[in-house]
Amino acid sequence: MIAIIDYGVGNIFSLYSSFKYIGAEAVLTSDPEEIRAADKIILPGVGAFGDAAEKLRATGLADVVLEQAAAGKPILGICLGMQLLFEKSYEYGAHDGLGLIKGRVVTMDGVVPEDYKIPHIGWNGLHFPENREKSPLFKYIREGECVYFVHSYFGAECADSVIAAVEYGAELTAAVSSGNVYGVQFHPEKSGQVGMKILKAFCEL
Amino acid sequence: MITKRIIPCLDVRSGRVVKGVNFEGLTDVSSPVELGRYYSENGADELVFYDITASFEERQLFTDILREVASTIFIPLTVGGGINTLEDFDRVLKCGADKVSVNSGAIRSPNLIAEAAKRYGDQCVVLSVDIKRVGGRFHVFAKGGREDTGLDAIEWIKRGEAAGAGEIVVNSIDTDGVKKGFDIEMLEAVNEAVSVPVIASGGAGSIEDFITLFREIPTIDAGLAASIFHFGEVSISDLKAALAADGVNVRL
Repeated sequence: MIAIIDYGVGNIFSLYSSFKYIGAEAVLTSDPEEIRAADKIILPGVGAFGDAAEKLRATGLADVVLEQAAAGKPILGICLGMQLLFEKSYEYGAHDGLGLIKGRVVTMDGVVPEDYKIPHIGWNGLHFPENREKSPLFKYIREGECVYFVHSYFGAECADSVIAAVEYGAELTAAVSSGNVYGVQFHPEKSGQVGMKILKAFCEL
Repeated sequence: MITKRIIPCLDVRSGRVVKGVNFEGLTDVSSPVELGRYYSENGADELVFYDITASFEERQLFTDILREVASTIFIPLTVGGGINTLEDFDRVLKCGADKVSVNSGAIRSPNLIAEAAKRYGDQCVVLSVDIKRVGGRFHVFAKGGREDTGLDAIEWIKRGEAAGAGEIVVNSIDTDGVKKGFDIEMLEAVNEAVSVPVIASGGAGSIEDFITLFREIPTIDAGLAASIFHFGEVSISDLKAALAADGVNVRL
């Protein structure tokens, strides 16, 4: 059973449908017991970092995620859910994240060339770092296959955790992992068959 | 490198796709669910659904259909048509839409874009603008292109971007339905004026028209069309293969 954490942020309906499509059992939940009982956890998220971090803490679910991460359960953060895994974000002020991935979340303004549009919206190819073994999350994915991105901020100072990058005038973090904790900046649930294969690989971890 | 997006647009009324649709291999060509799935599995990078219902009952039906479409496709879904209030945003987002397209509603309610962007994020708000040349200037038209608002289109779009619109769809009334190509001059003017993604709409009649679009305006992000895809005149896979052969970066 996959627990998709429902803390009032974003379109989690598509995530639920995606797991159904690949034949995995999933539940949308904000119940700590249900999350503890699940085999794997999805931390979704769309919107602003500060609000989302506050909601996650206010509901007490931040502690549940930390406790489950420490217990070794596979966790996948998606989009803003990935950014929440970092130590800090600088989106409209400075906010603390969960600190499960070393690094911080910063704007791509000033990082990507001026003629590149922000947000980075659309389908872009995944590149896997040459100096490390391919992550099991991408075992069904070939170098260069496209996934769907929508974001203006990205994970920085996290070179040790990067398992996939994307080229957008600069090299941006597309996915990270540290032990049992994984994060993807893109939306697998909106990335067609490629996205379904990534979710399937997560289910098989 | 980011790819150029190809986006089919479906007009839905009374739970059915209107405008002729002519595909082989589909059991029900007028079903938005079947057609959505077909496009999703055959290379479309996004889907746009336009709600052109006339009554409350039809709107309920649209909502049901939208929910079904959203649960069967795994590419981004934009919904437009009749979006006037935050409640309208809420209604379609709850059905599984990823982005909401506003047009006349933004003209009627000047704060709609800002309020929606604040609540749902810039990435969720698409400003769609119907533009026609009037006396050498680009004017914004409302009510499905029937009413000249007198607004300068470039100024209007810049205001929309400042308020939080995350993408702009430019519908050229001058080239729409003519099938002789996109309105390069108009699109260039808009693309120059804003820094968010711009989607070209209106006028596509052939594969060559898309090649011209991306060649003339290399920084334009996407091309949207309806009937040429629905009639099967142009298949998305053929279109993308031709674009790739011409050096345009597309998702194959």
